[in-house]
Amino acid sequence: MDIHEYQAKALLAEFGMPIGRGGIAYSPEQAAYRAKELGGEKWVVKAQIHSGARGKAGGIKICATEDEVLEAANELLGRRLVTNQTGPQGKLVGRLYIEEATAIEREIYLAFVLDRASERVMCVASAAGGMDIEEIAENQPDSIVRVPIEPAVGMQDFQAREIAFALGMEAAQLAESVKALKACYRAFRDLDATMVEINPLVVTTDGRIIALDAKMGFDDNALFRRPQISELRDKSQEDAREMNAADRGLSYVGLDGNIGCIINGAGLAMATMDMIKHVGGEPANFLDIGGGASPDRVAKAFNLVLSDEGVDAILVNIFAGINRCDWVAEGVIQAMQKLDVPVPVVVRLSGTNVELGRQILADSDIDLITAETLAEAAEKAVAAARFHRSASAESRE
Amino acid sequence: MSIFLDETTPVIVQGYTGRIGTFHAQEMIDYGTNVVGGVTPGKGGERHLDRPVFNTVKDAVRDTAAEASVVFVPPPFAADAIMEAADAGIRFCVCVTDGIPAQDMMRVKRYMRRYKREERMTLTGPNCAGTISPGKAMMGIMPGHIYMQGNVGLIGRSGTLGYEAASQMKAMGIGISTGVGIGGDPINGSSFLDHLERFEQDPETHLVVMIGEIGGPQEAAAAAYVRDHMQKPVLAYIAGLTAPRGRTMGHAGAIVTSVGESAAEKVEILREAGVGIIVRPSEFGNAVAEALAKL
Repeated sequence: MDIHEYQAKALLAEFGMPIGRGGIAYSPEQAAYRAKELGGEKWVVKAQIHSGARGKAGGIKICATEDEVLEAANELLGRRLVTNQTGPQGKLVGRLYIEEATAIEREIYLAFVLDRASERVMCVASAAGGMDIEEIAENQPDSIVRVPIEPAVGMQDFQAREIAFALGMEAAQLAESVKALKACYRAFRDLDATMVEINPLVVTTDGRIIALDAKMGFDDNALFRRPQISELRDKSQEDAREMNAADRGLSYVGLDGNIGCIINGAGLAMATMDMIKHVGGEPANFLDIGGGASPDRVAKAFNLVLSDEGVDAILVNIFAGINRCDWVAEGVIQAMQKLDVPVPVVVRLSGTNVELGRQILADSDIDLITAETLAEAAEKAVAAARFHRSASAESRE
Repeated sequence: MSIFLDETTPVIVQGYTGRIGTFHAQEMIDYGTNVVGGVTPGKGGERHLDRPVFNTVKDAVRDTAAEASVVFVPPPFAADAIMEAADAGIRFCVCVTDGIPAQDMMRVKRYMRRYKREERMTLTGPNCAGTISPGKAMMGIMPGHIYMQGNVGLIGRSGTLGYEAASQMKAMGIGISTGVGIGGDPINGSSFLDHLERFEQDPETHLVVMIGEIGGPQEAAAAAYVRDHMQKPVLAYIAGLTAPRGRTMGHAGAIVTSVGESAAEKVEILREAGVGIIVRPSEFGNAVAEALAKL
């Protein structure tokens, strides 16, 4: 789960990370009022969306008067901001963060990530801030320091000092740097984060250290014990279909192709999508309906896949392990009887009682295409999608 | 011989009396697994499925000489259950539970480093289907009948895709020595590499099939091991060719976040290390048959 910049800053500040002064605004008037409240001569109006690279997309504006703040807010609020991380549909700007402007001496990259190779929390930092980490890795790979943190004892002062010196901090900034680094680590650990990224962490012209931006991601598997994090969820930033699926216990990821997929198991789902690609098609989605594949779940899956208007055919691939193909076949038939499925459906069953399952499908009067092997299923789905697309194009003419 | 598990291995079930634990314990018993009892804290002294229930894993090990344990404990308590098994002297542990917080698994891995490598419990999973030595015994949730006994070692991150591979092989008369599910989480108890080592030493295994997927460094580590240390042929399939970067594909660990984690990159790394690539997931049976014919 992701949260907004202003939320991440508030959380990190609780652990002792220095941040600038700022306030949240939901309307242009509120934005101007925030600027007035903060005082000073310059403000930064920052669109709050779950994405990085907001600056390049025009989501961050520097303003010198309250009128300019009002104007910037007017322009940003309600707009869909497209960054290189949001996809072409962009993300809706519903909130702004108004922050006092900071006089920057230099920018630093700082992140804590869950490192799968060392199985530890890893601090990744570079004195070459202001770029994303991929750019730093490409342009100045030697500037990156990586320090794994021992989970039993947490981040030690000496480790924080090593990082601070590697980042070029001066003696006067040492204590503050150590405090900031340890704050980040503790927030990561205590809140079950999967990522904390401060890009940039800045040294101000008067020698202070401030988190100018902040991004945090959290472990969905740990939300049960972090209710304060769950509360920060902003549903406007999430894909409606994916959220809908998650609420129903299904795992869905929308893609650009036209063959809808209903599959049990994540690995089999990915493999089936690969197979579609190998035979010349493109999957419309990833969908794992879990082990059960009950009629109810299958019906929900059909509804979900059909909510994507780009779907020209559906491929159902179920491996019945603990359950049985005859039950799954009945489930598919019941679901298709209840729903009006306007596209061709290819069903491939395998596993327990497969013969009986295939017989039930063959005997039903529901219009569906059956397949025995994975290759046959993918080929039939791709062919059916092509036929459906050209047939519906003709009927429109 | 099989690795980890055969019909004589005494197995206990943690989370024994729960609905899921009960169902799968019965399936394991029916398959021929030597289930000697189970653990549910607070229910020690009772009997369940005609076997004793214990309060702690230590009690169970003392009274039954259990060597292996399968964990069906809910996510908030599963990491604790794994550490309890390690502490009680269990040698081989399968954790089926899906949804354990990543930092809990970090702590589990850290905790297990307190044991010397040769004494350390082997953990498979979490979020896995289990381990099976076909025709002998199984620990987990897989349908035993789709596996045939034979001499192919199988290691996979996914449950149902592993079933697909096993049944394609069975349809061609190819059997499996042991099938090990290592699970779909970002931090696993053990990786491809750990099991390749065992299969290399197992006289019954002639060839190994790895089923990997996007995300994480495990497949690359396995590739280096195959190149430097394996005599037996290894075949691999990597799922997730169509997966977009930065998106979690069902398994918590199936996400491409850095260089080398995509399916195409992993395939390249494995190919360069001399691993035979199974390009299409419809070709598990054919590819294995061809490789076996060359032995």
